[in-house]
Amino acid sequence: MTAELVRGQNHPLPEVRLEIRVSAGTPVVAGATLGDEQGRVRGVEWVAHPGAPTLPGLEVSKQAAADHRLAVDLEALSPSVHRVIVLLALPPGTGGPVRFGAVAAPFVAVTGLDGTEVASYTITGLDAESAVVALVLYRRQGVWKVRAVGQGYAGGLAELLTDQGLPEARQLAGSIHEAVAQGLARSVAAPPPRLPDAGRPRQTASPTPGPDQTHGTTPQGVSGNTSPTQGPQTTSPYGTSPYGDSGARDASRPDHASAQHGGPAPADPPTGTPPAPPTAGGPVDYTHPGRQTTAPPPPPPTAPPAQPGQPSQPVAGDATGWSMDERLYNQVWGMFEDLARTTAAYRSAVDFAESRMEQELDKVLSDPRSRIGGQGDAAREAARAKHAELVDQARVALDRDLAQLRAEVDVVEPALPAAFASWDNPVWHGYRVPMEIPMALRLGDLHLPESEDVRIPMLVRLPLERGLWIDSGPSGSHDSLADSDELRGLALDTAVALAARLLAVYPPGDFGVHVIDPAGAGASALAPLVQAGVLAGPPAAGAAGVADVLGRLTQRVDLVHMAVRGGAADSLPPGFDTAEQLLIVNDFPHGFDDRAVTQLRYLADEGPAVGVHLMMVADRQDAAAYGPLLDPLWRSLMRLTPTPDDHLADPWVGHAWTYEPSRVPPGSRVLQQVLTQVAEARRSWNR
Amino acid sequence: MTKGQAISLQKNDGGTLTAVRMGLGWQAAPRRGLFGSRTREIDLDASAVLFADKQPVDVVFFRHLVSDDGSVRHTGDNLVGGVGQGGDDEAILVDLARVPVHIDQIIFTVNSFTGQTFQEVQNAFCRLVDETNGQELARYTLAGGGNYTAQIMAKVHRSGANWTMTAIGTPANGRTFQDLMPAILPVL
Repeated sequence: MTAELVRGQNHPLPEVRLEIRVSAGTPVVAGATLGDEQGRVRGVEWVAHPGAPTLPGLEVSKQAAADHRLAVDLEALSPSVHRVIVLLALPPGTGGPVRFGAVAAPFVAVTGLDGTEVASYTITGLDAESAVVALVLYRRQGVWKVRAVGQGYAGGLAELLTDQGLPEARQLAGSIHEAVAQGLARSVAAPPPRLPDAGRPRQTASPTPGPDQTHGTTPQGVSGNTSPTQGPQTTSPYGTSPYGDSGARDASRPDHASAQHGGPAPADPPTGTPPAPPTAGGPVDYTHPGRQTTAPPPPPPTAPPAQPGQPSQPVAGDATGWSMDERLYNQVWGMFEDLARTTAAYRSAVDFAESRMEQELDKVLSDPRSRIGGQGDAAREAARAKHAELVDQARVALDRDLAQLRAEVDVVEPALPAAFASWDNPVWHGYRVPMEIPMALRLGDLHLPESEDVRIPMLVRLPLERGLWIDSGPSGSHDSLADSDELRGLALDTAVALAARLLAVYPPGDFGVHVIDPAGAGASALAPLVQAGVLAGPPAAGAAGVADVLGRLTQRVDLVHMAVRGGAADSLPPGFDTAEQLLIVNDFPHGFDDRAVTQLRYLADEGPAVGVHLMMVADRQDAAAYGPLLDPLWRSLMRLTPTPDDHLADPWVGHAWTYEPSRVPPGSRVLQQVLTQVAEARRSWNR
Repeated sequence: MTKGQAISLQKNDGGTLTAVRMGLGWQAAPRRGLFGSRTREIDLDASAVLFADKQPVDVVFFRHLVSDDGSVRHTGDNLVGGVGQGGDDEAILVDLARVPVHIDQIIFTVNSFTGQTFQEVQNAFCRLVDETNGQELARYTLAGGGNYTAQIMAKVHRSGANWTMTAIGTPANGRTFQDLMPAILPVL
């Protein structure tokens, strides 16, 4: 049973061996002072603090931490002690908060040794105070009780200790803060994250008491089973106990032994040993000490602290992830979601304003009184003003969010790697053949009509999960701009740019491209791919060519499927090309017979799972003769358009986003340069 | 906080609340008999309905976890309850600064999806918490309540530039928030 105490409330303590758990959202110093029958603290030796953590019957942590466990053995206290005052303080000079009002309310609980809570108390209502008396354990007529106090001191520890009648309060407060500062300097968990090397000397400098010291000062009966705060400070990977006989220890580690004895710390710590478990009071490190796991990611760049009232300045890569690419990917998706949601808020507000205005105008119209005099006009005017006011407010909120997103786009775009970058990004001019597959590929840009200038990169994960369909037919909204031939040309250009992008971001030889161009209509658009020599073969022409390419790819998909299902991936024929394959189909269904169409559908359905992808450059109308038979094919492909078109929906709100493919800037040779490098790398890798 | 009591969500130091959380917790039904799977699970659901001038605009519940504008987020449906020791089993987080300008009231409700009345549910409570510092603003004990399956908990509404919370605590009956709409409208 836990008693949740309020300020001033007391509660009897059933046990004499207790733990006092403190949890605060931020590192705090926990200490305790002892008082005699009159409540006087008789001297500095009656104060347990990080610089002098143990007193008979009492033990506190040696450093500031967000969580503490104080061990108390009421029977082991000196008989003249009648009060144990538990205090918390914020350590100054660490860059952390300086007032309890700025942090979450600290929580203290008195628990038995088995962890059952006896009483707990959340210290609320603190503001400018930087030190606080949390609890008092006191002896009344031979019985110990706990009282929730919560008395804060704006003057910090010095004022708190002075209040308890300690003449040396100020010096003591200073020495406590110094001990804490030292503790923090070697603390593992100390923010901010430091370079790994800086942590090394901590190993020998750890304030572990030697075995003898531990035995000598730990409160009787508490030593054995307390507390991570006093837990084994093992530096050996084998977990030798500090309570054990040091002579029995691995003789090859004399420096550890002497450190454990509390002797002078050797200046030269053993190099190459893993970091020691955290010093007292810190969190337990569960990693295997002898194992170097995957290197942890470098800390992500975080936005610098914002000016009060101002949104923080955006920083590229300000998201979670194990690599910069993953962070940027997550950040772009975060921007996508934020733009979708802020626009949803704006549209919802505008819709509401309009429907309310209409209702009010209707009411005016149906009210016969409004027909005489100026009442009706005034009411109409009022309704319009309300509408305008709400729309203005919504616009202000939208503009605020858009400004932030614009600023974010401005810093993110230049930081993107080639696979995420548009063709006009300078990163493509410094293109180098990659060694591994990137996590995602940019297919183009997305934007909404409210914010034409905020362009979100459309990133899809690699390997592709769906085939692509570059629609060369007249699109719904912009069909007047380009005639049919022009659209076909643009669609094929878009397809070539996307295929080049895929070739460029895969390691050389890991991606093969096949082209079916039955009538040779796309020869000029396909020229960059053909001339660079990056295709698996020349574009297949005529019905025979179509049948040949489809037949080979179908066989390949079938073979890999069989191997995967049979669990016999190693029984594929020797020399089998494991690269992913992309099939570009131009002019569909020209040159396709029924068998070829069936094969194409098979590739669209089964191909992506085994790394064979489809890219159709087609106008659905051309295949209208097939009727609904091909509907599943079109549905299974992701439709992209060569001209801006609002046909893509986001996964959160379902806005219609305008897709615009990433174009190679006019006159730029970047595509050819990149493809030349890809071809060269392939030749030199002989793949 | 008692029924009908209104508290301003402005803090004492002049700052305003920026984020509140509605938490809902209850104790899972005890395992029964040899076939534990036939335990009659208790599924309570927390919902938040966003109103603009008494028109429901959006709702956040277990089938729509995030309001379209992103300001109200449900942490996910819990179908069975928890240990019943005060932890939130479902929570709805509201980022008050990002609530769209036309939304002027947010109503929080609790429903018993599996149909047990609050008399039958152990250790059920719902509460509103200031998410920035973890302080509890209001708490209702649902367990041992009357013979009803839903409760309209509280409303958070605009007053000038700030938000005010009013405890409502009206009992009602219904499986999801839709069933509660007739009961919600009078408290707007």
